[in-house]
Amino acid sequence: MGIGIVHGVWSLFILLAFAGIVAWAWSGKRRHFFEEAGRIPFLAEDEDRVNRADHDHE
Amino acid sequence: MAENLGHYNHKVVRQFAVMTIVWGIVGMAVGVLIAAQLAWPALNFDVPWLTYGRLRPLHTNAVIFAFGGSALFATSYFVVQRTCHARLCNDAVAAFTFWGWQLVILAAAITLPLGLTQGKEYAELEWPIDLLITAVWLAYTYVFFGTIAQRRIRHIYVANWFYGAFIITVALLHVVNSAAVPVGMFKSYSLYAGVQDAMVQWWYGHNAVGFFLTAGFLGMMYYFVPKQAERPIYSYRLSVVHFWALIFVYIWAGPHHLHYTALPDWAQSLGMVMSLILLAPSWGGMINGIMTLSGAWEKLRTDPVLRFLIVSLSFYGMSTFEGPMMSIKTVNALSHYTDWTIGHVHSGALGWVALVSIGTMYYLLPRLYGREIHSKPLIEAHFWIATLGIVLYITSMWVAGIMQGLMWRAVNPDGTLIYSFVESVQAMHPFYVIRLAGGVLFFTGMLIMAYNLWKTCVGAQPAAGPIPAPAGAL
Repeated sequence: MGIGIVHGVWSLFILLAFAGIVAWAWSGKRRHFFEEAGRIPFLAEDEDRVNRADHDHE
Repeated sequence: MAENLGHYNHKVVRQFAVMTIVWGIVGMAVGVLIAAQLAWPALNFDVPWLTYGRLRPLHTNAVIFAFGGSALFATSYFVVQRTCHARLCNDAVAAFTFWGWQLVILAAAITLPLGLTQGKEYAELEWPIDLLITAVWLAYTYVFFGTIAQRRIRHIYVANWFYGAFIITVALLHVVNSAAVPVGMFKSYSLYAGVQDAMVQWWYGHNAVGFFLTAGFLGMMYYFVPKQAERPIYSYRLSVVHFWALIFVYIWAGPHHLHYTALPDWAQSLGMVMSLILLAPSWGGMINGIMTLSGAWEKLRTDPVLRFLIVSLSFYGMSTFEGPMMSIKTVNALSHYTDWTIGHVHSGALGWVALVSIGTMYYLLPRLYGREIHSKPLIEAHFWIATLGIVLYITSMWVAGIMQGLMWRAVNPDGTLIYSFVESVQAMHPFYVIRLAGGVLFFTGMLIMAYNLWKTCVGAQPAAGPIPAPAGAL
């Protein structure tokens, strides 16, 4: 088996892996999970109270 | 809070954040000097240590590794603690990364003006310093991933994926490209020869752009843009997909630095195609960041810190469109070796990397000291001065670069060159002066920021940062 075949198979594997990631990320089952994940930076109020004045337009 | 979970390690974050501003000013001051030297060469004063050839690597190392590096250390340490609800896993090793990194910068600031260099762009530092970088980077890897291992939130937030990819890839790039045979304390030869050496160098060089100056700063973006906008990232699933697309593709783009060289033609074409594909994941990140403001665009009017962050994403989108275009071989035949490349780099470096870091520092430092910002109008002023500086810089370099490329390739009907090289150098003079003006404006903005943050933080007690109790299902 030549190096060309190895490279070809590897490229195909990478392509399929990426397609798998896309399918995984966009599957409806994980919608809620990703919404939760996006809120991780907001789980704690931390120092934000200190700087409320930054947002005095609210 | 019922349970005392201790505090975050703010000390190392604070140290790196302060040094981000210090090294930003130093690195950009050197940039202003060498921009002036290009317009008026007598400004090297005939002193060997002040010649362009020695100061240019000092400028690039200072702004990329000292300014950008300190910003990445500071923010990655801050973000990994905040998104894992855990203190850094080892304070002593974290302190070692700070002092070790400052020692690397100091060594660079001494050896580069002395002319000690390995001669590889963005990897100039000689082998003893390379070894120190390796030690610091391994310590950094340990602190970052050790903290993730101790996280109290099950899911690893996307910013940490980007920071993690940046840390791992830079370790790999640095060790492979800096492999050398020492022949003395301050002299070594690359382990590779000829075109292999060139390919390893630009595999390193472009991934320094892709992972140091992109993935790391995207990590910054994925935490600080949502925080400053007070809303979650536009699409978390887009962040997952564009992360993996970026990881799979970036590593192949290096050969576009070697178009029309001794590098085999197929490798050049591969590099070009991969660079073109890169547009998609790059714009995935830009869209995700900018669209986070969807439904809250009015915040841009009132919040100059958010404006820094969002405009940085616009420059990121612009330079990642320009980059793939310049990687097309026929475009590259015109643009390569001209000042267009310099303009492109600065649209990324000033527009994206520096603006996102500046916005982040305006967010971070007041919080680390529990103070409100001294002057919001000064942030506004900084924003406009810096943006005007970038626009002057990149437009003058576009004109200069395209003019150079056209002058170099212009031939008479008998095939002889119309212009001598020195005529193209002379034609650059006005654009070099405009570029210097742009650089001076950007540098002035940095001084305004330093003054504003100094007034904000001076005399304040550092904020403690208690670790919150576990919350939520994640």
